[in-house]
Amino acid sequence: MDFAASFALVLPELVLTGAGLVLLLVAAWGGDKAGRLIAIAAATALFAAGFLLVPALHTGADGPATLAFGGLMKIDTFALFAKALIYLSAIAALIIAPAFFDSPSAGTERGMRAEYPVLILFSSVGMSIMVSASDFMTLYLGLELTSLTSYVLAAILRRDTRSGEAGLKYFVLGALASGILLYGISLLYGFTGGTAFTAVREGLTGTMGTGALFGVIFVLSGLAFKISAVPFHMWTPDVYEGAPTPVTAFFSTAPKVAAVALTARVVFEVFGGQVAAWQQIVMFMALASIIFGALGAIGQENLKRLLAYSSINNIGFILLGLAVANAEGASAMLVYLFIYVVMSIGSFAALLMLRGEDGTLYETFADIRGLSVTRPAIAWALLLFMFSLAGIPPLLGFYSKFVVFQATIEAGLVAFGAIAIAASVIGAFYYIKFVKVMFFDEPAGVVTGKSGPAHWVLLGLTALIVLPLGYLLTPSLTDLADKAAASLFLVP
Amino acid sequence: MEGLPILSLMMLVPLAGAAACLFSGANAARWIALGATLVTFVLGIVLWSNYQIGGPQWQFTERAALFAGFSWALGIDGIALMLIMLSVFLMPICILASWQSVQKRVGEYMAAFQIMQVLMIGTYAAQDLFLFYVFFEAGLIPMYLIIGVWGGDNRIYASYKFFLYTLFGSVLMLIAMFWMVAQANTSDIPTLMQYDFPVQAQTWLWLAFFASFAVKVPMWPLHTWLPDAHVQAPTAGSVILAGVLLKLGGYGFIRFSLPMFPEASAQWAWLVFALSMIAVVYTSLVALVQTDMKKLIAYSSVAHMAIVTVGLFAFNVQGLEGAMIVMLSHGLVSAALFLCVGVIYDRLHTREIARYGGLAINMPYYALFFLLFTMASIGLPGTSGFVGEFLSLAGIYQTSSLVALVSTTGIILGAAYMLYLYRRVAFGGQANADAAAMRDISAREWAMMAPIAAAVLWMGVYPESFLAPMRADIAALDARLSSAAPAGDARLAPGAPREHAANAVEHHEGTENAGAKEGAQ
Repeated sequence: MDFAASFALVLPELVLTGAGLVLLLVAAWGGDKAGRLIAIAAATALFAAGFLLVPALHTGADGPATLAFGGLMKIDTFALFAKALIYLSAIAALIIAPAFFDSPSAGTERGMRAEYPVLILFSSVGMSIMVSASDFMTLYLGLELTSLTSYVLAAILRRDTRSGEAGLKYFVLGALASGILLYGISLLYGFTGGTAFTAVREGLTGTMGTGALFGVIFVLSGLAFKISAVPFHMWTPDVYEGAPTPVTAFFSTAPKVAAVALTARVVFEVFGGQVAAWQQIVMFMALASIIFGALGAIGQENLKRLLAYSSINNIGFILLGLAVANAEGASAMLVYLFIYVVMSIGSFAALLMLRGEDGTLYETFADIRGLSVTRPAIAWALLLFMFSLAGIPPLLGFYSKFVVFQATIEAGLVAFGAIAIAASVIGAFYYIKFVKVMFFDEPAGVVTGKSGPAHWVLLGLTALIVLPLGYLLTPSLTDLADKAAASLFLVP
Repeated sequence: MEGLPILSLMMLVPLAGAAACLFSGANAARWIALGATLVTFVLGIVLWSNYQIGGPQWQFTERAALFAGFSWALGIDGIALMLIMLSVFLMPICILASWQSVQKRVGEYMAAFQIMQVLMIGTYAAQDLFLFYVFFEAGLIPMYLIIGVWGGDNRIYASYKFFLYTLFGSVLMLIAMFWMVAQANTSDIPTLMQYDFPVQAQTWLWLAFFASFAVKVPMWPLHTWLPDAHVQAPTAGSVILAGVLLKLGGYGFIRFSLPMFPEASAQWAWLVFALSMIAVVYTSLVALVQTDMKKLIAYSSVAHMAIVTVGLFAFNVQGLEGAMIVMLSHGLVSAALFLCVGVIYDRLHTREIARYGGLAINMPYYALFFLLFTMASIGLPGTSGFVGEFLSLAGIYQTSSLVALVSTTGIILGAAYMLYLYRRVAFGGQANADAAAMRDISAREWAMMAPIAAAVLWMGVYPESFLAPMRADIAALDARLSSAAPAGDARLAPGAPREHAANAVEHHEGTENAGAKEGAQ
């Protein structure tokens, strides 16, 4: 085994791990006073790691040269694409954090938390491992590293009961899901005799036995929990509402990308020979997520809870691309994922700017009444994000739905696509409620506080991308997504 | 005009105007909006005068590949030209109509209208299926805001209803578009108009498109969003809704449903006829009992648009031409009627018919204009309404005399509710002192009404100006439809004419001269 080549392949992870360890020491001695500095250093490390991806992403990486550590990991274009997206989301989560922790909403322990950036870093490492896993052992390792850091992140406001509750709920249900996943993996191991993706795939060829089928279903169920697809979505609204807002923003972006990428890799690379076995399951999860995500959101008053349902709804559309089960569908899914991440970051950045005079954060519909009068810029940006999430052209959210549905119809799943798109109208109902509350109602006048430049930059950037300028990115985005999707289908 | 991308320019001007309005004060925004829409109107006139009648079918074409699946393909035929002219003509009038009645968030209001205009022109000019969809659907955002922010008391309900109804209709159309593009391997509209889809598939595709256009037209029973939206929208919003947005549905039928799925159109014609017949009778009766002026005109819109759909599915030249003229005429007349309501609403802030009366005494000029538009709405010869309705009904008579019979009652009922409205508002005694004290129309209101009145009369007296640009396109469409056209029950067969008139005096050969002499004596 050529370790030098393997280490070269996982250089971004090494950078992040090293930075994480060093910053952990800084945090231990420097304390929370060094929090802001650690955040900047962590963001730099993530940026550097992301920069290391660029050359390989540019040329495209496929074939045996991408296998590291004797086939435990596979750093192909697909993994690189997902990693780039994860690092970007993590950087955004770091940028929006300090202002939140300085506000009264952070409870009695105000001030940037030194652990926060370190946890984000380790979580990113875990996610990098997840998306480049090519063996169930690596998969589980990455998944657990991500999950454990996420539990802690959800509960990072120790004195806040909501945060603690969110962390506990996430932990109990997450552990259950990991158990289900692990059980599925053990079944697959038992019936195929291997843990490497290639070995399991070989073992699954031909007629599949009931035991192996159960293994497939258990693995998919465990993964469905991680991406919060219906019917494994119940934890999402509670955790999203309870967790501190920057953490919620992080949860709705980076781990989602990682889990979706992991699911895609598992269904195509491991179960790729048995499409009939999983396609129905994914189709059901997609439709159920779209419908229940939309219905659940209707009665919500809390904006974070609403965005949680919105993320369930969006996962439905992402799974739509997966259910198509071909390279076009996978590429559409990646494009959707990118646009979804941009819209999520933008929405949460806007949410974090809903501050009162003393900096308290507001997060219900009642608070943003008439926002277009008091804070027009935030209101217009939110309007763009909401119409974009609803998929109204010419905003960029339309393009994401466009590619996914195009792939669905081209693959001949017409009825499936028609039901899904009709259900998307239900979702539009609560997105336009945002606009109604901000533009049509009389001002509540509580959101008056100012926000820092970091938030404005993030909000402006994402709003510009959504305001259809992002279409200029689509040719290169589509090109990248095509390459990434193609690398999933190289397995013989 | 070679090389000048005039269609793009017509969209760029209002877009720039909208951006400028967003960042300027109330008064500046009004003038910017008026200037931008007038410039666009002038460009529209340039467009019309450079349109070659009898030239190539698609003129002023622009083409630039954009990105995955989209291309910036613009171009117009006569049908699109007329509808673009209608919208650029109405837009400055809309701006004038909201000059004083809109006082809050003027900049955003003016921006929303101009963005609306960009999208309207884009919808009519798009030659790429997906580009069309983007423009078609994007109109939801400004219209939702116009109804919701500047509308009446029940505006929120109306805006939701408008948004969700139209969105539901159009997403199904999007699915159909994906299928068509995958099948035909092109998203170019002119090519698709000649593409023969399998008849079995046409049935479904037609239904998907119908779901979208029937909501937009609107056809009974999908019309319920319209009275709500009309009543709650500000005056200019109603003008745009009635004048331009409703025409999108008719345009959709004539551009997509009919030429792309001729067999399915014939197959489903009974559905269109049934819904239209119900709409004509039912909504006319509903209009008769309204106490709210705007609601009355809104219901009359549904009835008039039903004449359009009947004409479109008559599958002959008269029907198609008639439908187009009814669309143009209804765009002008209903817009003008909404303006008439707006004029008195601005003064008294009520739309209750009973609160007015005897306006002909204190507002003679207003009453004159109102009378003209009322008559045009009824379809009095000499006004635009007559030309369109006559052609439409003549067309449908060839296909189905029953449908023609039922649809024609709409004209009678139309006369009933419009004259009844006019009597209550303009004639009779001056029941209310405040209504009796209202001033006659101002110079600004003259400037809104007079151009529409002139256009209505022009279209009524010399419709050839409007028919000529569309003639070749409608003939092409008729040729495309001929294979699927239903036989029709009127059996209009030329008879064998007698040699002589029935009352001719019998003559003998060689006696003509003699007879003439006898007559002279």
